[in-house]
Amino acid sequence: MENSTVGKTRVAADQQVNMMAVIAPAIGWLIPGAGHMIQKRWIRGALLLISIFTLFILGLLMQGRIYKANGGDILDMLGFVGDVGAGGIYIVTLAKDWGQGAIAFATADYGTKFMIVAGLLNFIAVADAYHIAIGKKQ
Amino acid sequence: MTLNHFSAAFVFALFASIVFGITHRDTAREMVRYGLYCFAMFLGGTIVAGWAMWVLRR
Repeated sequence: MENSTVGKTRVAADQQVNMMAVIAPAIGWLIPGAGHMIQKRWIRGALLLISIFTLFILGLLMQGRIYKANGGDILDMLGFVGDVGAGGIYIVTLAKDWGQGAIAFATADYGTKFMIVAGLLNFIAVADAYHIAIGKKQ
Repeated sequence: MTLNHFSAAFVFALFASIVFGITHRDTAREMVRYGLYCFAMFLGGTIVAGWAMWVLRR
């Protein structure tokens, strides 16, 4: 009887972990740092949010260019892979038609790279949120 | 908005180091240490590369 109760509790806990292993990366991709915050890593999540969000917004303010899925050129596709990592910020940027700056000076090119790097950093943050969810990391 | 080359490198190094520190280490102390190490490497690498290019150009 007691073993049965312990077994049910363990199954429920495993299911919760499995759900979190899906939800945390998904929400972490959509909102940078949220994958950590949903697992009560508030400070880490806030720092990730500030870092990735600021890097992406600075890129936009520096008149960096945003890459789209149907760029055609192979380098444009790689740029898109980087940009799309930023998740929700990328979607909003596309929806608002921001990031259309023509790269006419060096810092605009830096801005483009800032946005790509922000997306790539968010991919790392998503992987980290997943590792926390499956218990590989505290 | 325009940033000069050094301030762009500084901002990049700062935020990339924060993310690297958080995601690549397990304890808070290790995170801070690794973040500072990455920051120093990013900025130090930029300065060294700048001087290397200056030497090559001469």
